Amino acid sequence: MKIAILSGKGGTGKTTVSTNLAWVLSKITSVQLLDADVEEPNDHIFFDISFDHEESVDLLLPVVNNETCIRCGECSKNCQFGAISVFNSGTIVFENLCHGCGVCKMVCPVNAITEKSKSIGKVMLGTISKNLKFGMGILNIGEPSGVRIIRQLKKHIDNKAEVVIIDSQPGTSCPVVETLRNVDFAILVTEPTTFGLHDLSLAIELVKEMNIPSGIIINRDNSKTNIIDKFAEKENIPILMKIPFKKQIAKIYSEGNLFSKFLPEFQEKFLSVYKIIKGLIE
Amino acid sequence: MKQIAIVSGKGGTGKTTLSSSLGILFKNTILADCDVDAANLNLMFNSKIIEKYDYYGGKKAVIDPKKCDGCGICKEVCRFEAVIYKNNIYKIDQYACEGCNACVISCPQKAIKLTESLSGNYYYSTSENKNIVHANLNPGEETSGGLVAEVRKLSIEKGKILKKEIILIDGAPGIGCPATSSITATYFVIIVTEPTSSGIHDLKRIIDTVKHFKRNFAIVINKYDINEEITNKIEEFCKTENIEILGKIPFDETVEEAILNTRPVVTYENSKAAKAIIEIYKKLLKIIKEEGKNYENSNSI
Repeated sequence: MKIAILSGKGGTGKTTVSTNLAWVLSKITSVQLLDADVEEPNDHIFFDISFDHEESVDLLLPVVNNETCIRCGECSKNCQFGAISVFNSGTIVFENLCHGCGVCKMVCPVNAITEKSKSIGKVMLGTISKNLKFGMGILNIGEPSGVRIIRQLKKHIDNKAEVVIIDSQPGTSCPVVETLRNVDFAILVTEPTTFGLHDLSLAIELVKEMNIPSGIIINRDNSKTNIIDKFAEKENIPILMKIPFKKQIAKIYSEGNLFSKFLPEFQEKFLSVYKIIKGLIE
Repeated sequence: MKQIAIVSGKGGTGKTTLSSSLGILFKNTILADCDVDAANLNLMFNSKIIEKYDYYGGKKAVIDPKKCDGCGICKEVCRFEAVIYKNNIYKIDQYACEGCNACVISCPQKAIKLTESLSGNYYYSTSENKNIVHANLNPGEETSGGLVAEVRKLSIEKGKILKKEIILIDGAPGIGCPATSSITATYFVIIVTEPTSSGIHDLKRIIDTVKHFKRNFAIVINKYDINEEITNKIEEFCKTENIEILGKIPFDETVEEAILNTRPVVTYENSKAAKAIIEIYKKLLKIIKEEGKNYENSNSI
């Protein structure tokens, strides 16, 4: 079973939910935790991981041989990203705009374009415990998009693991979509604020469009408002769990620890989240 | 006009809290909400939409099933795994397609076309004396960096007409294209962080990103007293790296109340958070007045 953990708004507790859920479930079954928040991966902070595999994620960038180039302009005419321009002095590639699609090479009539690979980030795999395997993607500083890193990370999904938990980036744009492709369930983590609700509604729109069943976890829950409960009822989406607003939980998190280790009553709660999800997708 | 961007690697550290409050304190300012995935700034000001614009992002390929003869060349040339072959039919996965045109060029039957689709909207809104430019990216769309650029262009345009002195940019989280589009060519960048293990980890990555784009920047530590040990670590780190700390905002329940009531926290004048933000504002003013002349060429994107 593949579960993606997402949230429209950043900082609502995706990492808290992913790491605690993975750790609790690994006590009863085999689990793989994948951190697909490749811009700012944090799950690894909460575990002692022995990494045993690392691979680069590469893009193929064009290299123009300006001696062969006849300045015909076919490459720049066909490039959809404005990443290649032809001047009298030669043809120039703007590497940061290039998507590595290969169109310029395809259309060059004199074969003046070859390709070189450039690393945009990496994927790392490791082990936390016998029942808990780990993987993460990291985007290099200055690179615009982590989609390809997420795609490569997901190729390492362990089909033997009973549960695969994938921690997503915040937002609802392309990296989140890549994370959601082919998952069985999405946990939407939110907080009971106007902003939390607004961004949750966008995330729900996305999972509905992608036909992925989902449930909500309310983090930093307080008794002051029930805006999320009302919304969930209206949208007919189950609330899987509420994590109370407690300074102790925030403190444990801030130190890079799993709060369910220190507050065992939550282990039961995470287990029941899993049971609810199982019931929902079967 | 000077553009000041407020960013954070990690989400939820308090960008909108700070930018909305600075939006109140800077009298002659226009706000640009560049978190187009999850725009919240306009909610904070209960603003009314005055102008609405369409945003067309990247194009997507579409296969005409009547012309397709099933040769599969499109699937071979696509580097984004966006051509799916199922039940003897080739189809484009709209989410994976980057609109590069490779399949269109290669199709011997000319069965594939690139089509443009509406990816989102951007708006000019006002509330009392505040002017806000913000946007909505349709869920699942890419090219959010392009939409951020539109938001910034419109804010410059409006700022010029209204003779504003400052553009305050509420940036996107992360370090990818929406975040970097929020900071390019700005006058000053404020990085908001929080004293958690994740916060400090993400802080280092956003600092490297801001340095990569060669921007002047300083740090604000939000909720600094939830873990003073890590706050000390951040301060030490900034000292060795020679990075200015613009201010520290204490944990204050008023912030939560302010968000629930959609009011910038600085309007709760006696709150601890408001006082800290006013100090940050004063320091910023000083930077703008004293050092402003050093960074003159930052007026355009």
